[in-house]
Amino acid sequence: MLLLALDTATPSVTVALHDGAGVLASSDEVDARRHGELLLPAVDRVLAEASRSAGDVTALVVGTGPGPYTGLRVGLATAVALGAALSVPVHGLCSLDSLAWASGLDEPFVVATDARRKEVYWARYADAATRVEGPAVDRPDDIAARVAGLPAVGAGARLYPEAFPLPHGPGPEHASAAALAALAAARLAAGETLPEPRPEYLRRPDARVPAGYKAVSRA
Amino acid sequence: MADEPLVLGIETSCDETGVGIVRGHTLLADAVASSVDDHARYGGVVPEIASRAHLEAMVPTIERALKEAGVAATDLDAVAVTAGPGLAGALLVGVSAAKAYAYALGKPLYGVNHLASHICVDQLEHGPLPEPTMALLVSGGHSSLLLAPDITADVRPLGATIDDAAGEAFDKGARVLGLGFPGGPGVDRLAREGDPRAIAFPRGLTGPRDAPYDFSFSGLKTAVARWVEARRAAGEEVPVADVAASFQEAVTDVLTRKAVRACRDEGVDHLMISGGVAANSRLRAMAEERCAAAGIQLRVPRPGLCTDNGAMVAALGAEMVARGRAPSALDLSADSSLPVTEPHVPGEHR
Ligand SMILES: [Zn+2]
Repeated sequence: MLLLALDTATPSVTVALHDGAGVLASSDEVDARRHGELLLPAVDRVLAEASRSAGDVTALVVGTGPGPYTGLRVGLATAVALGAALSVPVHGLCSLDSLAWASGLDEPFVVATDARRKEVYWARYADAATRVEGPAVDRPDDIAARVAGLPAVGAGARLYPEAFPLPHGPGPEHASAAALAALAAARLAAGETLPEPRPEYLRRPDARVPAGYKAVSRA
Repeated sequence: MADEPLVLGIETSCDETGVGIVRGHTLLADAVASSVDDHARYGGVVPEIASRAHLEAMVPTIERALKEAGVAATDLDAVAVTAGPGLAGALLVGVSAAKAYAYALGKPLYGVNHLASHICVDQLEHGPLPEPTMALLVSGGHSSLLLAPDITADVRPLGATIDDAAGEAFDKGARVLGLGFPGGPGVDRLAREGDPRAIAFPRGLTGPRDAPYDFSFSGLKTAVARWVEARRAAGEEVPVADVAASFQEAVTDVLTRKAVRACRDEGVDHLMISGGVAANSRLRAMAEERCAAAGIQLRVPRPGLCTDNGAMVAALGAEMVARGRAPSALDLSADSSLPVTEPHVPGEHR
């Protein structure tokens, strides 16, 4: 098998290729404003580095967030379109799970990424492979008590040390496609059916409802 | 002709997920998924709602178009996509999907201009565009007069709205009259029962010293609101059909007057009208009348091709292929304010 993994739910544009035994090539570029420009060239580079072409890919896995919407959609739109054009399945995994898997922790911990607007996307894990709460979006203060004493992984933990006071846990600050691919490969090998690639927005869209028609003159 | 380019076009600049497939000047499929109903209660398009809907609809709409056209994705010669102008987040969904299809299929990608696509779509209806083409683009997002000596390489803006787009003017006028969103169809319907000469609403920017090809509709909206409020304040019944007809008359009068003048000034003997507002029946009738009087041939695509759609993007993409224009690169980005002077976004030589 040849699994192409990508994730754009965090500031990192991350792509990896996995053959079932290990990661063949990967790319991680941190640039929160250029997901759209960077993703396809990164896919092309990773495939070339592994001396493979798009037609060799047998499945895709994409990080489904949570993450800032515009960037998140770049990865999802790209993955579902690649899957359709190549006629291969597209799986979705929670982007926070890739940080958890990359941490390799064997004890309870928490993953938190930056949700902007002074909030974090977060989830609690029993170990690197087992999510037990979340994903959710909250203000760090509001969850500080619930995550107290737990090691924390991810840029959200770095941003809010008052809520996540322990030193940053092992693993990356942003989502990792290499970890996402390894996690998906492990779960597929175990015979699991992976979820559909559906975005985890967690927030409702901001929709400003214009106030009813306003008089422009007092006539 | 079998050797004409088979091109898939993707359009996601606003609230319609459009996918069209053309072979040269022949329309093979035009699939549209619209989120307009999700926006209606907000009285305007909500960008995040549009973007979410695009992601949901993108691949299903592409597959519907392929099925409708009876072609396989692998048969395509190129993939075209609206690179701008439009809503940034909405554009990005289409651009991402288009890049993925082009890359997976190993076919060239053309990031094209939404406004140039609105003009080029008429090739599917009335054959090759004359050169130069004079185009009046009127929709909820744009009101422009464009002169296009070459739709793939040379598009020149003669004038544009300085405030509201024509479609916005209709939306706002409709709101004053208590009609729904989008406002155009409701005003058009109501106006048929009214007298267009009942009220003399102002014609913006039509004075002798005003910019000859620019438009302004915000003053008109204010005038309509004031007129209606004055009647209501006096406890009088508001003759809504007359207001709708007179308001519509003011908008279409300015649009057609300036478009015909531009044709005369530039020595162009035909006029192309496109965009959602081109579906307005009074605009069509008045343009026909005035063009005929001035010896100008009028080209207006059918309403389904005037509103945002993927076929128009495919049409321009096919023209890019036919004329050997350089494809876009894989790092193509959505440009919410792509200038009308750039019909497409060629990639760097790699
Ligand atoms: Zn348009």
